[in-house]
Amino acid sequence: MRQALPVSEASLPQLGLTLPRMVALALLALVYLVAIPLYFAQSNYILGVITNASILSFISLGVWVTFAIGRINISQGAFALIGGYTAAILGTRYDVSFWLCLPLAGVVAAAIGTVIGAAILRLRGVYFAMITLSLTEAVRLAFLNGGAFTQGASGIVNIPRPDALSVFGVTIIPAFQGANPMPFYYLAAAVLILGLLAVWRLTTSRLGWVFRSMRQNEELAASIGINVARYRVIAYGFSCAFGGMGGAFIAAFHQNIYPASYSVTDSVYFMLYCFLGGLDFVFGPVVGAFLLVISFELLHDLQQYQALIYGVLMISCILWLPNGILSLSRRRAGPAEENEEPAVAPAAEKMERTP
Amino acid sequence: MSLLQVQELTKRFGGLTAVNRVSFDVEKGEILAVIGPNGAGKSTLFKLITSFLPPSAGRVLFQGEEISGMRPHRVAQRGVVRTFQETTIFREMTALQNVVVAHHLRRRASNLGIFLNSRTARADEAAFRKSAAEILDYLGLGAVKEVEARNLPHGYLRALGIAIAMAAEPRILLLDEPFAGMNPDETERAVEMVRGIRERGVTVLLVEHDMSAVMRISDRIVVLNFGTRIAEGTPAEIQRDEAVIEAYLGREDDEVEAA
Repeated sequence: MRQALPVSEASLPQLGLTLPRMVALALLALVYLVAIPLYFAQSNYILGVITNASILSFISLGVWVTFAIGRINISQGAFALIGGYTAAILGTRYDVSFWLCLPLAGVVAAAIGTVIGAAILRLRGVYFAMITLSLTEAVRLAFLNGGAFTQGASGIVNIPRPDALSVFGVTIIPAFQGANPMPFYYLAAAVLILGLLAVWRLTTSRLGWVFRSMRQNEELAASIGINVARYRVIAYGFSCAFGGMGGAFIAAFHQNIYPASYSVTDSVYFMLYCFLGGLDFVFGPVVGAFLLVISFELLHDLQQYQALIYGVLMISCILWLPNGILSLSRRRAGPAEENEEPAVAPAAEKMERTP
Repeated sequence: MSLLQVQELTKRFGGLTAVNRVSFDVEKGEILAVIGPNGAGKSTLFKLITSFLPPSAGRVLFQGEEISGMRPHRVAQRGVVRTFQETTIFREMTALQNVVVAHHLRRRASNLGIFLNSRTARADEAAFRKSAAEILDYLGLGAVKEVEARNLPHGYLRALGIAIAMAAEPRILLLDEPFAGMNPDETERAVEMVRGIRERGVTVLLVEHDMSAVMRISDRIVVLNFGTRIAEGTPAEIQRDEAVIEAYLGREDDEVEAA
């Protein structure tokens, strides 16, 4: 049946935008952008939790991009720190507007990531994972021992809230005021949605196919003229930019940043969110982050066991759900896929028999 | 000037010299085979020519330009494209996607243009899809375009590997044991396929173990043994060559000893 499809149509399932999915996406957006803010308008706490989940999703989305080229990246905490400190230093010492700090944090993180990535991306598998893990620790120590520049363990506090964003005297976004969490909620939502769109574009475009080809076989990719080293760095730089911007957002949200704001544990969590949600799905890290962040707020009393529970979850996930929670939807659609396969296989056998 | 010149190529691994001062030329439009018994250094030579390994000494020139030591993608850019043995394909893509992604070198859109889905990027994709479908049809894979590569029957994998390489528009195509593990029927079809590729103006250099296929298909043959070139000539010359017969069949004393 599949073979009867014209070539152009056959590629569409890759985009995954079927009608039911579009309806589901629209509903999700409605809940996220309208229902939750309205229903919890009085609860700063809950809005804060969801803001947090949104931005952690955004940071993990970066890690997901490095998974796309077949690298396990445990350095995202380092780039959240780099972005956070970039924004904090520019904002507190040079009075740079938050709206400029946010993209600059991404640029600085991407630039540093590109330089480091060029050196370490040659490593694969567990070796790359280990060196990125060390990188998180190294960057934390660098900020801890940064002297007056980073203010050591006392960190940078009293980071100003986002100021008004105006273009040619027209105020587009008013300054964020006092304890009202609503502006942060919507800013996080906007950042997450734009991030999702960017990653979705990336993976559905030829770049995504180039990344996939590298993940599946780097030598074969090089043999057809793909500059594997360059695209690895591009993917990693993209990933680091997400870490940097997320870090800058959280620095402004909490109004402080310390070397201890992101540790190896955080880097591991960013990776875990991707694993839990599913590496085959752009939405994977979002599902993983929301699920874990929100469930742990609900299970407040268990927070001292957080690391233990995350550890057990990660192992269970690898054992029973290696493709993440979102793969369950595919499993449900399983019978339909199985119907397709016999339709193809006999045709292939027939081909083989005809000389 | 010859299309491809292999000059005094040498590769040492520690104390072992896998390829020892091998030289030969490949002329435009010919099919040249490199053969030799197991362990003769064929695979190493193949990797050296395609720059997947750096040589210890000697060099490889393509159209007069030195390509040894270049990174593999640069070599591919110049039109020197290799295939791999059998299962080296993009397993989690359909046959069509395998070949579409292999059109990478022909893209005109920039990375930013691709990301933003510019008009050029869309035109590229449409053209690649069309060209990929043509290549697959031509190589007899037309009916399995939409089959994920890992589900393809074994016999199709090598053709898919060649389809991937053809998408990179090679001037010279290097085939790594294209007939290994094939039954006579399959070999016959593969031989036709390789001839067809040459008809399209692509020079072919193949490394192979299967003597009978090589004798039928090659214009010239280079024979390796223990890393050195022991003979070069037309199939008829090679079949009569004393050194080749000895390398393949062994000397009589050897056989007595082995028995």
